[in-house]
Amino acid sequence: MQLIQLIIDGVASGCIYGLVALGFVLIYKATETINFAQGDILMLGAFVAFSLIGVLGMDYIMGFALTVVIIAVFGFFLDSVVVRQIIGQPPFATVMLTIGIGFILRGFASIYWGTDIFSFSTPFSGKITEFNGLIISYVNLSIIIGTVILVSVLYLFFTFSRIGVAMRASSENQLAAYYMGIPVKFIFSLIWSISAATAAIAGVLLAPITLVDTSISLIGLKAFAAAVLGGFGSIPGAIVGGIIIGIVEQLCGTYENYLFEGVREISAYLVLILTLIIYPRGLFSDKAEVKKV
Amino acid sequence: MRFIFKTNYAQDINIARHGGDKFWYSLLIILMLAMPLIIDDFYLGEISYVCILAIAGIGLMILSGYTGLASLGHAAFLGIGAYTHAFLLTNGVPFFASIPIVVIVSFMVGALIGIPILRLTGMYLAIATLALCFIAEHVFIKWEHFTGGNRGMPVPQPEIMGMSFYDSATFYYVCLAFLILSMFAAINILRSPTGRAFVAIRDSEIAAQSLGVNLGLYKALSFAISGAFTGLAGALLAHYIGYLAPDIFNIFLSLTLLLLIVVGGMGSLHGTVFGAIFVGYLPQLIAICRDYLPSSIGSQPGLEPMLFGLILVLFILYEPLGIYGRWVKIKLFFQLFPTYKKQTFKKQKVFTKSDRV
Repeated sequence: MQLIQLIIDGVASGCIYGLVALGFVLIYKATETINFAQGDILMLGAFVAFSLIGVLGMDYIMGFALTVVIIAVFGFFLDSVVVRQIIGQPPFATVMLTIGIGFILRGFASIYWGTDIFSFSTPFSGKITEFNGLIISYVNLSIIIGTVILVSVLYLFFTFSRIGVAMRASSENQLAAYYMGIPVKFIFSLIWSISAATAAIAGVLLAPITLVDTSISLIGLKAFAAAVLGGFGSIPGAIVGGIIIGIVEQLCGTYENYLFEGVREISAYLVLILTLIIYPRGLFSDKAEVKKV
Repeated sequence: MRFIFKTNYAQDINIARHGGDKFWYSLLIILMLAMPLIIDDFYLGEISYVCILAIAGIGLMILSGYTGLASLGHAAFLGIGAYTHAFLLTNGVPFFASIPIVVIVSFMVGALIGIPILRLTGMYLAIATLALCFIAEHVFIKWEHFTGGNRGMPVPQPEIMGMSFYDSATFYYVCLAFLILSMFAAINILRSPTGRAFVAIRDSEIAAQSLGVNLGLYKALSFAISGAFTGLAGALLAHYIGYLAPDIFNIFLSLTLLLLIVVGGMGSLHGTVFGAIFVGYLPQLIAICRDYLPSSIGSQPGLEPMLFGLILVLFILYEPLGIYGRWVKIKLFFQLFPTYKKQTFKKQKVFTKSDRV
């Protein structure tokens, strides 16, 4: 029973990793760049939600929706104004650029909101439900349900909507998409905004657990492990990878005595490195094997 | 404009290209040697720190600037160097025996880490090194027997020829000597076949492979050499800090090193020195800026990472060649005046080569 309890908790935190990893994957599939600032966008989302809900006293649902819109617009302009300028430069430049952006966001957050730890009230805080002796908190439930809804919406969007299909087309082949009359630049900015919105949703859902401060941007790094495990470039892979990382982390935390001290904090990174060494294509990669030299 | 008329092949790989180079670099070395007579102890310490940063910068420059591999985990090598050195000194190994051991250990660690990871291309390396940085920091905290854990570890200050490291002039000369040695070693590595293989890998992996460069081997070698230089810098850094704590070697330090090479100028050894001066004096610069800002902003601890990120972004966007690139451009402007063309340094764009075919 304890094991099932752990797995449920792990799935909840894993969903957050999965959502952030989803953001990486969307951007990577489209533009073959990795956004190292994803975790910082998550942090920004949590802070904006804190301002709207905690400070301005907005309704939770309203505040949530407005936060997502604000961050989505931010993501759109982040691509169209800043990141687009370095298209055509080696990948190193993008890595450095997005790391720099991450630092600016983190610095900005700690200047504007301060370095205190904040929290805001949500309809889920502090409530739990019991099911066959399993204790499930509403917060964890909200995370799991939120992830399921978001992933379904994204799935429908990419499968049936015109813009969604255009996005898949531009990810598949930029040049051909241009020839078909798809506004590829606009589509890429839109992908950035979807990816930022996903991070913001993850941030707001996560806020009741970790509370809001600048250190939650580190989740972005653990989400890398999720994305790599899922086979960078696969959307279901990102979510499944995230859930596996979440469960592994919970298990390592509980059975620490059998392993070695402090294994919990680095378990995600260990999984990442082991994946890269043993099975670098990841679990769900639908493409050819990761290029090896 | 100076035109060098080459009369034999050796001129292609000469360290000093012409008499002017010899004159100015000799002058620089004389000036650096006379530095303790000119300025006081505080600034001497600062310059020692800049020398240490420059050595670490050389390490990262060989990996990122010349081989084209991004590493976000070089703080781990600084940490390995620092802890190994401190551990050896504590156990009575003399300074000049400890340094080569540190270099060899960092080289071996670099090779060990490099062999499995460097078989992967592109972004995966950046992510894997990021993970390594966290794991290393964690090991420094938990391996208490070796590192003292969170309590920290004092670094013994040895004596060299009767001169103590507490004397900042002695320490300055040691740092300067190692910087000059590292610089010569790096120049020689880079003009050897090994170094040319690195540059070939950076410019085109496919072309390099077609010419018979063993990609996996040379990438691992580059990682190991880079680790060795950074480990050496770590050993000197241990003396500069005096008391080692695991949280010094965090991700922020790795990023500082990356800032160093980007600001200095990717792909130039001059750039490491310019970058080291910039990064070494950045905290002072920020401290000065704080005084001019309204206190509500100026007193915030978040100001430093924010400016740090801003500088990084601005350099990437507007001067990807860094300070050294700017210097080359200015020099050429005057040499070619009035016929300088902006397009000379225009970057050729490479379009997304899909590895997903």
